[in-house]
Amino acid sequence: MRIIKKDKIVKAVKDLCIKSNFEIDKDIERLMEKAYKEENDILPKEVIRDILKNCSIAKDKKIPMCQDTGLTVVFVKKGEEVQVDGGLEEAIQDGVRKGYREGYFRKSIVDPLTRKNTEDNTPATIHTSLVKGDRLKITVVPRGFGSENMGKASMLDIGNCVKEVKKFVLDSVKESGGNSCPPVVIGIGIGGTLEKAALLAKESLINDSEDSHKNVTVRKLEKDLLKEINKLDIGPGGLGGKTTALRVTIKTYPTHIAGLPVAINIGCWCHRVQTVIL
Amino acid sequence: MKKIRLPLDEKIISGLNAGDRVLLTGIIYTARDATHKRLADCIKNKKKLPLELRNQMIYYTGPAPEKPKQIIGSCGPTTSSRMDEYTPSLLEKGLKGMIGKGDRSKEVVSEIKKHKAIYFIAPGGCGALLSQTVKKCDLVAYGELGCEAIYKLEIKDFPAIVGIDCNGKNIYNRR
Repeated sequence: MRIIKKDKIVKAVKDLCIKSNFEIDKDIERLMEKAYKEENDILPKEVIRDILKNCSIAKDKKIPMCQDTGLTVVFVKKGEEVQVDGGLEEAIQDGVRKGYREGYFRKSIVDPLTRKNTEDNTPATIHTSLVKGDRLKITVVPRGFGSENMGKASMLDIGNCVKEVKKFVLDSVKESGGNSCPPVVIGIGIGGTLEKAALLAKESLINDSEDSHKNVTVRKLEKDLLKEINKLDIGPGGLGGKTTALRVTIKTYPTHIAGLPVAINIGCWCHRVQTVIL
Repeated sequence: MKKIRLPLDEKIISGLNAGDRVLLTGIIYTARDATHKRLADCIKNKKKLPLELRNQMIYYTGPAPEKPKQIIGSCGPTTSSRMDEYTPSLLEKGLKGMIGKGDRSKEVVSEIKKHKAIYFIAPGGCGALLSQTVKKCDLVAYGELGCEAIYKLEIKDFPAIVGIDCNGKNIYNRR
């Protein structure tokens, strides 16, 4: 059994919170620069130029790219041969608390009904899974709610599965319009149960465009959806243009003969992901 | 790019069309969800408002905390549609301008037209960039709401686009 001290995890999570809010994801930056070249009209071009300028100010001056520094979602892949000395959950929450205090980030977490703020941006929403090995992989995804609010899950008809999924996704993106700060990244989960599909959608948001699905049908669906979404003319900032989405990533999981659970999770252009392996 | 000096007046507003790019300079007030609810309650219960809304501009934002020696933290726009249900009563009180992101309800568009007001959109997610245009930030009311409090901001060359003009023309109505 490999033992990892709590302090090491606290520091790692704190650093991931800080880095993710100051620095644009490399894959998104690359796709954004490509989009800047492809847009012709002045308004969409201007929006992307502002975004790129914003990111360079954020990185240089250590100011969060977006004031909505988010609800912190943390994915943990814990090796079966790893033991955390001092408690994993507590370590992650401590790391988030420290990161948001030291980074001067906004504390956006409230009780869902009374709306009372917890004042330290905890609790983070943590998803842990057990994997083989003696490593601990931690991914921090601060989720702004302009885009999180545009997510959806649904149980679709199984008649023509691909057609049903396409309609669900395109309708959801249309409805989100400029609210989710396009150009967006789109994560889709298909299969399992209602909650599994929602989790798959979030997990697929972490994948980058190099991480395309191995299954040919799914890969084609990702490509087709990206193309069709970018024909919606929502565009950067919702002001029209060719780039509504920078990428579409899908995760699937076997489901029941009677059902087709599907979920969409939209990430704003400022989609933040940072990972560390301890 | 048109340079606009605040406060807004009828002449400035009537000269702006949906899609125009502007740089705003002058005073604006921050307010988002919780604050709108309080302001609307004040109006409903005929209580005194903590600020004079006549001819003023509200910016939908909840800034991140400022670091030492910083004027304001990251302060980009939040989704405006959440404020839609409260906006008509604020316009009734003389509010002339709003800055946020995303489309507004049909009712808000028609109230903007009725009151000859205007809705601007700021670049979404660009809180770091926009924070550089804020030259002064003072607490006005509801300090206990933290980032949702009302702050008076002095801005210089704040970039925005006219989203809905005083004739009800809406930049999001292209489709």
